[in-house]
Amino acid sequence: MGPRAYIYIAVMALVTFVIRVLPLTVIRKKIKNKLFKSFLYYVPYVTLAVMTFPAIMDATNSPWAGLAAFVLGIVLAIIGADLFTISVSCCVIVFILELFIH
Amino acid sequence: MKTTTATHSDIRSYFFKGMKDGIPVALGYFAVSFALGITARNAGLDWIQASLCSFLLNASAGEYAVFTMMQSGASILTTALMVAIANARYLLMSFAISQKFDPKTHIRHRHLVGYDLTDELFGLAMSVDGYLNPFYSYGAMAVAIPGWTVGTGLGVVFGNLLPARVLSALSVGLFGMFIAIIIPPAKKNKVVAFFVGISFVLSYIADRFVTFIDSGVKIIILTVVISLCAAFFFPHTDDEEKEAG
Repeated sequence: MGPRAYIYIAVMALVTFVIRVLPLTVIRKKIKNKLFKSFLYYVPYVTLAVMTFPAIMDATNSPWAGLAAFVLGIVLAIIGADLFTISVSCCVIVFILELFIH
Repeated sequence: MKTTTATHSDIRSYFFKGMKDGIPVALGYFAVSFALGITARNAGLDWIQASLCSFLLNASAGEYAVFTMMQSGASILTTALMVAIANARYLLMSFAISQKFDPKTHIRHRHLVGYDLTDELFGLAMSVDGYLNPFYSYGAMAVAIPGWTVGTGLGVVFGNLLPARVLSALSVGLFGMFIAIIIPPAKKNKVVAFFVGISFVLSYIADRFVTFIDSGVKIIILTVVISLCAAFFFPHTDDEEKEAG
């Protein structure tokens, strides 16, 4: 990536900082617009879902191991496992499965 | 003179309380940012660049988006748009925190607390009784920021030394965290569950069948369209939040 990465990092840091401090410093009011408020409510779940699948299948050496981690993660989250356990379990199942696949 | 001393000891006790509460956050950050460092390394960043990015952005999904965009050769404008969307939720949290501060809180404190407004530190800040003392947040930040920054740097460095098999396994750690964030709310709220499911399906279709659009742009379009549909057809009210939360 080289030195160009620093320009990217500086711009992204600025964008992120502005999003975080604008309501704290300038606006200081509650958002009234229901559509905008609802939109902001759904965005994190939708964007994380879109970024997770099918990208998780491309992250691993074998796409099937990635798919297995995806399914395991969802099952563990449904039965109430905490963030750390879910994250580590996903790594472990990929490691074990790829021992057999390769 | 007497008042000054009292204020100082107050500041210290808030700071140490924040540090103590921040320790589990910092440990979690270390593990997650290590995985993030591996993503940064794949995008061609060195450990200085990746650590700097973590120090300045303090955002898992946001940084993951930045690294994948850089890897795919996206322009600065596209990447900025993506990071704005990935971090859009912080706008909401910032509104919430602004109500949590004593209205007299100095703008300097507002900037500093806002700079490290993450999901976890937001949770800590909202959990205190009454007004949020900024020094409580500074205490938590004093342990959380090093955990996040050092973890990312080590992820880049040791990502180079680890065997491919271990790297492959560690690379899903971040996705595991994303799953851990989206599934519990989906369990409580059927609308969220429905749209998370729709997101998985449409993202798969877009990835496999729509080849003429850059992958970063696809994420932006899908996020905006799906979230707008959800907001339009199922407006979210604060009452539901209380029920679910």
